[in-house]
Amino acid sequence: MIGYAVLFGFAAISIALLMNLWRLAMGPTVLDRVLAGDTMVVNMIALIILYGVQRNTTLYFESALLLAMFSFISTIAYCRFLLRGDIIE
Amino acid sequence: MSIALIVLLPLLGAVFPALMMRLGKNESAIAASSVTILSLVLLLTNIFAISQSTVPQASWPWVPQIDLNASFFVDGLGLLFAVMILGIGLLVTVYARFYLSPQEALGRFFAYLLLFQGAMLGVVLSNNILLLIVFWELTSLSSFLLIGFKSDSQEGRQGARMALAVTAGGGLALLAGMLLLGQVAGSFELTEILKEGEKIRSSPYYLSILALVLIGCFTKSAQFPFHFWLPHAMAAPTPVSAYLHSATMVKAGIFLMLRLWPVLAGTQTWFYVVAGTGVITMLIAAVIALFRDDLKSILAYSTISHLGIMTMLVGFGSEMAVVACVFHVINHAIFKAALFMNAGIVDHETGTRDISRLGGLASLMPISAITATLAAASMVGVPPMNGFLSKEMMLEEVTHATAIGVAWLLPGLVMLASVFSVAYSLRFLLYTYFGPVRNDYPAKPHDPSRGLWLPPACLVVLAILIGLFPEAWAGSITRLASDAALQSKSPKFHLSLWHGWTPALMMSIFAFGCGATALSLYVPVRSIWNKALLPDAKGLYDLSLNACVRLARITTDRSFNGSLHRMLFLFVLAASALGGVVFARSSYERGERELLPINTSMFVGWVLVIVACFVLAWKHQSRLIALLTVNIVGLISSIAFIYLSAPDLALTQIAVEVVTLILMLLALHFLPKEAINEVISWRQYRDIVLSVAVGASVGFLCWAMMTHDFQSISSYYIQHSKPLGGGANVVNVILVDFRGFDTFGEITVIGIAAMAIYAMLDGMLTGPLSATLLKWTSGLRFSPNRHPMMMVVVTRVMLPLAILVACYIFLRGHNLPGGGFIAALVVSIALIMQYMASGFAWADERVHFDYHALIGGGGLIAAITGIGSIVLGKPFLTSGFKYVDFPFIGKVELASVSAFDLGVFLTVVGGVMLALANLSNLGRMTGDGKQ
Repeated sequence: MIGYAVLFGFAAISIALLMNLWRLAMGPTVLDRVLAGDTMVVNMIALIILYGVQRNTTLYFESALLLAMFSFISTIAYCRFLLRGDIIE
Repeated sequence: MSIALIVLLPLLGAVFPALMMRLGKNESAIAASSVTILSLVLLLTNIFAISQSTVPQASWPWVPQIDLNASFFVDGLGLLFAVMILGIGLLVTVYARFYLSPQEALGRFFAYLLLFQGAMLGVVLSNNILLLIVFWELTSLSSFLLIGFKSDSQEGRQGARMALAVTAGGGLALLAGMLLLGQVAGSFELTEILKEGEKIRSSPYYLSILALVLIGCFTKSAQFPFHFWLPHAMAAPTPVSAYLHSATMVKAGIFLMLRLWPVLAGTQTWFYVVAGTGVITMLIAAVIALFRDDLKSILAYSTISHLGIMTMLVGFGSEMAVVACVFHVINHAIFKAALFMNAGIVDHETGTRDISRLGGLASLMPISAITATLAAASMVGVPPMNGFLSKEMMLEEVTHATAIGVAWLLPGLVMLASVFSVAYSLRFLLYTYFGPVRNDYPAKPHDPSRGLWLPPACLVVLAILIGLFPEAWAGSITRLASDAALQSKSPKFHLSLWHGWTPALMMSIFAFGCGATALSLYVPVRSIWNKALLPDAKGLYDLSLNACVRLARITTDRSFNGSLHRMLFLFVLAASALGGVVFARSSYERGERELLPINTSMFVGWVLVIVACFVLAWKHQSRLIALLTVNIVGLISSIAFIYLSAPDLALTQIAVEVVTLILMLLALHFLPKEAINEVISWRQYRDIVLSVAVGASVGFLCWAMMTHDFQSISSYYIQHSKPLGGGANVVNVILVDFRGFDTFGEITVIGIAAMAIYAMLDGMLTGPLSATLLKWTSGLRFSPNRHPMMMVVVTRVMLPLAILVACYIFLRGHNLPGGGFIAALVVSIALIMQYMASGFAWADERVHFDYHALIGGGGLIAAITGIGSIVLGKPFLTSGFKYVDFPFIGKVELASVSAFDLGVFLTVVGGVMLALANLSNLGRMTGDGKQ
């Protein structure tokens, strides 16, 4: 049963990633693209966890943890750059 | 051992005169001369053995892989040259002590002189021809220091550079020649090579060897057309000229030709090239010497001319000519050193070396005049001086030589040169010392102190003694040296002053008469010479040197003009061209490995990478979008690492992506937000074609590699990581254990790079650029809220959590994905987060450690871990590990590599933080940051 759920998850996330990609490519504003990137990372985290579930291993958990912890730093940095120009003041 | 010491003593002893200079000039000179005397005594202890026709040898392997051995030997030829080097060296030391003024750095001078002496001794006593080359180049280097001793004068610097360029360049040719010679002879030891004459002369490489060796010899011995450096080397202080340009350095080429005479001489090519060059040099230099006004310049051209005589004699290929050459080497060294010293005295006492301002000095400086007259008589070849004897021998040999089937050609040319030789010698003597006394000398001339006139006087006495009693004073050494040069018993000869009315004597008398007559016609001839348009060797040299410099500059400017576009284009083009050539020459077979099925999500990931790349190419004018798409590519890479079972790499990639992004955004602040919009031209289409081609080839390469089975070294690491390194995480064990030395080098590089960034940015903040920086604004309007509350709170909460994660990753690194490097990046990001959210000032105030100290400390800890294993008697960075049972906690592994990993951790944190914090500090200083 869990196998099917994982497969469904993969399919859903893949579609989501493609939609993120659409937003990234088409914009129209820079902010759209930054958010597309951010959402892409969120989907990637889900993908890693699902992959761990499928392979029945905890080995990949730290990667997901690190992404979750720090990907928002990238987004903040972009936003700061757009808002203030200098990201460290 | 003692033979090696002869060479090593001056080289090692060079420090003493420099140190003794603190005590005074005399002490420094005594130190220098004691070293020389000691070396001389050591040398003379070998005389008995050599006279018994044994050859004392000493040898140690140095780099046996390339047949380079530290092997020395003394035979007659080496003995003769070594005695000249040390004997005249001793006299020059005394002379220099009194010649150089108190303002000049005498200690340094003696140090250079001893260095040179050691190098020269090495050249004449080396048994291994590669070792000989080492010393040969050392003489070029040390003579560069000596010629350029007056480094504040332009002539000194230019002369030294020219001498170095010509002689060291020739040394390179010689190196190639020696390598060939050694290969052909089958040994690099001279004692072996000298037995292989037949083999070498009949080898197909004979001509190449000959050409390369002769270029080396001719440049060193200032033979035409390489003669031009010697007159310019006269910018050196006179003691240097007396030493280098009479007895030693310029004779090195002659020495080598004599040394290799048994294996290279005896062919038609040898005769025409060597003897021909010798005759031409002899004639041209004698003619030029007549029209020089500087005393030292006259002597320089005279030296070139005499070197020409010696070269010619070596070139004849007859055994008696070699004897004559050896004898002339001795005589020339004696009288020419005396003459140079004498010219130095004139310069020292009258303040000028210009012959047109001199004359009539005989009554004012009687002692100098007598020594000069006798030495010049020897140079011309007037009996009973020593120069007469060797000149007669030379003329005797010339009458036996036939060139291009014309019997009178060689004697005729030599006669002509002799006439000029007589003329310039007479001019040198008469125009300086004789004639009316003048009253416009720049200084008041008088005889110098004893220290200055004694050394040349000693040499002149020796010249007379050899002239009067040649067999007693020079017979045996000439015989020994000739035997050694010929590698067989030299023909029977008897040195004596009177040979009867031989053709050679007739030629001498005739030349003397013509020379004297020629000098009486000097004034009209000189005016013709002055009007003649003559090629200037220095001008040609400068021209060719400038052409080389220009060519190098054009090549550099064309390929690296500062445009990244241009550089990448050339690099990619060159790489793909090389790859194409290799591919065209080899065959390709389809790989046998089975292809793996593709997974839907990975396919989507692949689509993401491709589309991101296209978006990058399409939107690259907007730098922010470009950065964003590069980030996406990085993200997919880390996912790919996970998919392909490399979680360590994934962790590293994720952390590195964030750090890089912050770095890029910090830098981007100072750059225009939009790149220049280029007009689409043929260049862009060209670049598209090129990049598609390169991308396709790299893709094909990966495909080819991955579809073929190949043996990788990973299985070794996987097998041995646990038993040898004590860790289950192979990646980490490789980093800190198997390839620990690499990692040690890498963290050093990280530290250095961070320091360089710091130094550069600090220079921008405090240097002349800071004014520009202070005024700079980006000209954009920004949000007024500097530190949004929510962000501040989130980052502060995150800090301890992130540190905890870092500790966890660090500690488990040896057995599970993680390690010092990743932990360091996590900590750095956690810290940078505080800088971003709460501001530089707030965070900087609360950081209580110095990033510099962190870098240094990390390197130190890693080094100590490595050295610790040396202390325990194991190689550098050998790791040790042990399982210890702690109460409550359980079994814990203690490994020395954890300390090493800690070093890595600290260095990386320090490096990353130093770079980022300083870069962000730059932004604070701008006009925007101040508001």
